[in-house]
Amino acid sequence: MHPAGPAAQHIATLWWVMLAGAVAIFVFTMLLLALAFRKRRDEERAEQGREGLWLAGLGLAFPLTVLGALLVYGLVIGERLMPRDHPDRVTVSAEARQWEWRFGYADRPGHATTGLLHIPAGQPVDVEITSVDVIHGFWVPRLAGKLDAIPGHVNILRIEAWEPGDYAGVSGEFSGAGYREHRFTVRAHDAAGWTAFLEGTE
Amino acid sequence: MTALRRHRALTKIWASESGWRRWFSTVNHSDLGLMFMCVSVFHFLVAGVLAMLIRAQLASPRSAFMGADVYNQVFTMHGTLMMFLFAIPMFEGLTIYLLPKLLGSRDLAFPRLTAYGFWCYVFGGSMLIFALIAGIAPDSGWFMYPPLSSTLGSPGINPDFWLIGITFVEISAISAAVEIVVTVLRYRAPGMTLAKMPIYAWYALITAMMILTGFPPLILGSILLELERAFGLPFFQVAEGGDSLLWQHLFWLFGHPEVYIIFLPAAGVISTILPVMARTTLLGYGWIVAAAASLGVLSFGLWVHHMFTTGIPHLSLAFFSAASTLVAVPTAVQIFAWIGTLTKGRPELHMPLRWILAFFATFVIGGLTGVMVAVVPFDWQAHDTHFIVAHLHYVLVGGFVFPMLAALYYWLPHITGRKQFFRLGETAFWLVTLGFHVTFLAMHWVGLLGQRRRTETYDPGQGWEAINLISSIGGFVMAIGFALVIVDVVVNAAVAIRGRRNPWRAGTMEWAMPTPAPAYNFASLMPVDSREPLHADSSLPLRMARGEGYLGEARNGLRETLAVAISTGRPEYLVILPGNTMLPISMAFVTGFFFLGLLIKVYWLVPLAAVGVIALALRWVWGLGSRQDQGPQEVGRGLSLPPVSEVADPPGWWGMLFLLLADATLFGSLLFGYAFLWTVAPNWPPPAWMQPDPALLAIAAAAVLGPLGLRLAQGALARGRGLGAGLGLAALGLIAALLAAGLVLLHLPAPQTHAYDATVWVLMGYSLVHCGVGLLMTGQMAARRVAGFLSPARRGELRIVQLWVDYATLTALLSLAAAVLPGVLS
Ligand code: HEM
Ligand SMILES: [Cu+2]
Repeated sequence: MHPAGPAAQHIATLWWVMLAGAVAIFVFTMLLLALAFRKRRDEERAEQGREGLWLAGLGLAFPLTVLGALLVYGLVIGERLMPRDHPDRVTVSAEARQWEWRFGYADRPGHATTGLLHIPAGQPVDVEITSVDVIHGFWVPRLAGKLDAIPGHVNILRIEAWEPGDYAGVSGEFSGAGYREHRFTVRAHDAAGWTAFLEGTE
Repeated sequence: MTALRRHRALTKIWASESGWRRWFSTVNHSDLGLMFMCVSVFHFLVAGVLAMLIRAQLASPRSAFMGADVYNQVFTMHGTLMMFLFAIPMFEGLTIYLLPKLLGSRDLAFPRLTAYGFWCYVFGGSMLIFALIAGIAPDSGWFMYPPLSSTLGSPGINPDFWLIGITFVEISAISAAVEIVVTVLRYRAPGMTLAKMPIYAWYALITAMMILTGFPPLILGSILLELERAFGLPFFQVAEGGDSLLWQHLFWLFGHPEVYIIFLPAAGVISTILPVMARTTLLGYGWIVAAAASLGVLSFGLWVHHMFTTGIPHLSLAFFSAASTLVAVPTAVQIFAWIGTLTKGRPELHMPLRWILAFFATFVIGGLTGVMVAVVPFDWQAHDTHFIVAHLHYVLVGGFVFPMLAALYYWLPHITGRKQFFRLGETAFWLVTLGFHVTFLAMHWVGLLGQRRRTETYDPGQGWEAINLISSIGGFVMAIGFALVIVDVVVNAAVAIRGRRNPWRAGTMEWAMPTPAPAYNFASLMPVDSREPLHADSSLPLRMARGEGYLGEARNGLRETLAVAISTGRPEYLVILPGNTMLPISMAFVTGFFFLGLLIKVYWLVPLAAVGVIALALRWVWGLGSRQDQGPQEVGRGLSLPPVSEVADPPGWWGMLFLLLADATLFGSLLFGYAFLWTVAPNWPPPAWMQPDPALLAIAAAAVLGPLGLRLAQGALARGRGLGAGLGLAALGLIAALLAAGLVLLHLPAPQTHAYDATVWVLMGYSLVHCGVGLLMTGQMAARRVAGFLSPARRGELRIVQLWVDYATLTALLSLAAAVLPGVLS
């Protein structure tokens, strides 16, 4: 993962935090398991096998604490990824079909592109995603997570690219024989390039 | 009578037939349990070969070995076979084999139903295997999302194999579940209270209840999707008021509990074996039962986490994310109870415990990655990549396959009566576990790098080549390991020396019998009041064999066993179980024609097969019961109990109750689907709603005569009078319900018009089937009264019919109300 936008960046941080936590918990559990095989006297075994310690302590309290913390953290990040109002937000539409993507632009009505989505860099973009046949998924890994394109429904995904450039996009939901090649490109323009695109003079 | 003479006499009564007929006519739970397990292992091997094909294909970039269309069939069938034809039937087989033995009883509650379920499984499974060989297998992924799996995305026959074949197989899951629940509740050793049950029985009970409430949404979804594919009823087509999201809800309403339906039996195996290996008792029995039960309940509230990327509102995302993380808590309780048990005991590292350690090392990782993907933002990245594939294999292989291998090594001496002699299993253990971790750790990684699942190949130059190659090599090492396990088991089963009884010095009842198990299990049924009866009284096996318990006499050539009170385990009545018969296999065969007709669209075959099934079913129940009052019977130890025909709540009544629980879940799912479409689907309202008309309401009101009439008949029977009036009224009531449903269908536009019309059509179809069956049952009661099967003492079966008719009438009225409700509101 090489995040190139805020959403992907947040998710990447989240991953590293969770990975560290998971490794710690795994090592801890395996250690407990290994300790069970030590040689001890019977009284020690009885002493170490108390219900309160294992069930109330390790079984209940421990996961509740860890999971509670993780949940709050996840929700905070989820909150940041929400498509909220923003003064210079741009809206585009993405319509999927087997096996093609068509894009439309609120700021340039009537214009459509196929397989290439233009956006301004450094500005939040809301993508209105839908499908005309089977279910597909809109996914630009370096910019954000994925959201499904479902016939009859419109889902809105917030993406943003920090830098101008081309970013690879793929369909994120299995759609039959042409699924692997169901790709598109997102082209983030600098301010001048975006104006030119909107005016049709690119 | 000496123990040996008793053994011979009982064997004569309980044994399956000899020669080739044995396999087709047996109703014995040990036979059928083993047959179930063998067939499920066969499916595991087929699915495993498919997995190897997948890994061969992915080992190098741009591989030309398989094209997308073949690859899609291969991974869809791999997932489908593993989930539906290996894991669930393996649980059924193991439980069918073990449960009566653990409970100190002689067989399961409904032996013929066990056999019927088995043959439905075999026939349904062979439909899918045929599709695979013929190259027309399902190819839309194991969760079959429409519109891709509907006519729009898959015009061919491929998805029909899935929808029809799997539904056919699910008959076996439902019938096994009914059987397991009734057996745990009523067929235990005398005196075994619920709190004294071996822990596996709790797990089996909870799992079976989950099957009864978890599978119906899938069965309903399959019916709806097949109706859409075959007849154009637009449940999932957005233009006509359907919604493809409805399938996802129904599927995951099943699919998430399914994961726990697979995990809980494995946990039951661990809770049984681990204390024996550690020479101690299970830490926190009560905690574990509570944890397993809460897992069972909680798992029904999590399904939406499979749909985090479908545009679910933010608030419900937060709710389901919280619920999905918290479900880790009861799992943690069990894990730490097990580690605590090991700590307080003296663990001995035999093969079963090795596989349990492999379980720990694997399943804990799967659980941790599970918590990760329950965090929504992360799931948005990981969803549909190989990260998810790796996660689900850590859970399924770690949480099911490894514990099942522990079970295999633990109970193999019980099944074969032989010692574990050859030590190939240890090499196999290392090959499988190391191979597994190499394969799937690598898959996490390449998933994070962005490799999507369900893509048949990839381009070089993205840094994925080496990882995929490593993963494939690991996969082949693991496959060699599995092959060695099989060689080990076959060799040990065939040529190892005979071992002594109870080699692990366990305390549970299955070790109180000679091995391999005799057909009758226990020569007499001893009272039990400990969780480890063999530790409490080591002379128990001997005393049972000597006939000191109940039913130690082999008499009248009848298969006798005891039914006990649900909570206390007090003996309540004497049950006569049916003997060997070809009826189950014949009925499964005819049922197969019903599904085959649907599959190949030869629709005249379908009603014909239905009539055949009904005829066989009537024959099936006709033989039950008795034509005379017999009064209390001696059962030994100075106790007399009424025979099963003379009690108010025979096992059949309980079986019906739990069958109706599954049926009610199906009906509830249908109402849920209706409400979902009404409120969420884009193209609603339909062109026209049904309008309630007074004549219809009057006819519908007459339907209450059904339950009323049966109550009258019940009263008349108690007083020894004729049943004519009561049964006649009941029939009238059922006819009224049929008529009302028929009228609605007459006035409805074609069901293809709109999802609303299609839904009402299905609701009415549901009523027609249920009230029609109710009518048949009422008629059968009249015939059985004439034939002398009913008397003031023998009233149980009339109560079974009453239960059905009550249910049919209630759902018929609810369906009518649901059909006209929007019309009334608008
Ligand atoms: C024997 C070792 C196994 C290997 C090497 C293996 C390998 C794989 C691979 C590579 C995939 C991904 C295919 C793709 O998406 O392109 C897959 C999918 C899957 N596997 Fe396995 N698998 C194994 C065992 C199992 C077991 C034991 C189960 C279940 C009890 C299972 C259930 C599934 C499921 C449900 C899928 C998803 C299928 C789909 O996407 O529709 N697998 N497996
Ligand atoms: Cu789930």
